[in-house]
Amino acid sequence: MKLESLEGQRAALDASEVSSVELVESALVRAEGAGADLGAIVGLRAEAALAAAAGSDARRRAEELRSPLEGAPVVLKDNMVQKGEPTTCASRILESFVSPYDGAMAERLEAAGAIILGRANMDEFAMGSTTENSTFGPARNPWDTSRTTGGSSGGSAVAVSAGITGFSLGSDTGGSIRQPASFCGVVGMKPTYGRVSRWGLVAFASSLDQIGPFTHSAREAAWVLEAIAGHDPRDSTSLPEPAPALESALTGDVKGLRIGLPREYFVDQGAEPGVVEAVRGAVSELESAGAKVVEVALPHTPYVVSTYYLVATAEASSNLARFDGVRYGRRAENVKDLDEMYRRSRSEGFGREVKRRILLGTYVLSAGYFDAYYRKAQQVRTLVRGDFDRAFEACDVIVGPTYPEVAFPIGARMDDPVSLYLGDIYTVSANLAGLPGISVPCGQHQGMPVGMQILGRPLDEATLLRVADAFQRRTDHHEHRPPGSP
Amino acid sequence: MLALCAMSRITREDVERTADLARLSLSKDEIEAMTHELGQILDHVEQLQALDTEGIEPTAHAIPLATPLRPDRASPGIDPDLAVANAPASDGHAFVVPKVIDGEEG
Repeated sequence: MKLESLEGQRAALDASEVSSVELVESALVRAEGAGADLGAIVGLRAEAALAAAAGSDARRRAEELRSPLEGAPVVLKDNMVQKGEPTTCASRILESFVSPYDGAMAERLEAAGAIILGRANMDEFAMGSTTENSTFGPARNPWDTSRTTGGSSGGSAVAVSAGITGFSLGSDTGGSIRQPASFCGVVGMKPTYGRVSRWGLVAFASSLDQIGPFTHSAREAAWVLEAIAGHDPRDSTSLPEPAPALESALTGDVKGLRIGLPREYFVDQGAEPGVVEAVRGAVSELESAGAKVVEVALPHTPYVVSTYYLVATAEASSNLARFDGVRYGRRAENVKDLDEMYRRSRSEGFGREVKRRILLGTYVLSAGYFDAYYRKAQQVRTLVRGDFDRAFEACDVIVGPTYPEVAFPIGARMDDPVSLYLGDIYTVSANLAGLPGISVPCGQHQGMPVGMQILGRPLDEATLLRVADAFQRRTDHHEHRPPGSP
Repeated sequence: MLALCAMSRITREDVERTADLARLSLSKDEIEAMTHELGQILDHVEQLQALDTEGIEPTAHAIPLATPLRPDRASPGIDPDLAVANAPASDGHAFVVPKVIDGEEG
């Protein structure tokens, strides 16, 4: 087991073959090299990370380990705040923001002994599926640097894929963890809505946003989720349940488990044939391990992308109203009155995709359109949830491709928002229905990684991770590394 | 994959009015481009009208949660110095903005 994975780092730390300070030192070198070349890392806190690592090494000597994450470096998507550190959301409007408080993720990771190394690139305000909508410039896929990383948590995916850190955190509103995980050949998990506190996560669409981990293995994802999940009274949508015990669920046994394959996910003119082939191969592997395959129906699948973009942009237009140049963020200069200050600060500060989504959200919430668009979308959301409730009567998990294709070239989709949005067809449902989902590397197509998505019942992360882990015990897709890996 | 009957219903005037509501100032080129792009998106989402949703309750949150209650006890908030630390303009613990009310009011 090598030092680029969390499990490898943990083993080496436990065997005293390496110290946390040494891990952080080499992660910093890697972040400044490959991390910068790939546009993955947008800010480092070297001194603070080294000091924290020395503290972790001291705890280890005193045999006071806090969690399996003890001493391991991590990067946060640049929309999660940490006291005294910048948080930009890859936007000009927040380019000089320094957080006055610790978000829940900074607190939980530190309480778990992990070492926060810095911040990862993203689409501005998490709006995008390519990490091209960033004031820092695009992130690049380690498997082929001419291709996108996916997004919006592209930098977090690259951090793990390129061996900068063993794990990272992203946020997923419509696939923003799972899709870049699929593109970059790593594991990415969106927990059940409300599992992980959103305190200190800059809001995009509050009823859909959820934080989750990137790792190489399902086992590592279980460790991270155990550390970051659990009730937080500061987030009013935080679930009351305590953090679940997950590692103990990883038995490797899937005998009798029912895998649902939605017929709408395997239609002609759906995903690319190479992607479907890889996913079908993975399903066969699980079948040979004793799982049973059943066909299920998700009849509202053709409507999920429309529903998602109405709900998400409506919520975003409301959430982003707070960026007005008054209390924080960019303020336009030489303005004659308050109204001009609002308009110019926002117009100069937000990028094109963010403006487009604010406009769409404002439009669908405006008088005369609310019922036709927003209320309609909320009703269809009910139907989508009903599809999953019925499907889960016949199966324990639902499996399909994470994304219809592999990573495409940077710049290829910049002028065609609708076709880019339609790619989110397999991922947005989990956010609309609040379900947990995970993307697991399951093969390659055109030399690029393919992700298999596994969806589960609300709160049933344990089964998702059990299936993902059982798959990884029998296969080695998650051990493949891109060119230039350490 | 777009509906073939696609015909952009959103007009330049709609985009200008919406931008005004959202406190965004758009250039002529931006208005042109946004009218086209929002038109494409709205044409696509039009597909939802084909679904019968009569009597279907809207879902605002996928996981229903009771509004949590907490004891009504005072607890420390953020330090006022920190609260204004990111302000583009401040005076003591106040945020400074351009004058809102005209002189004759005072």
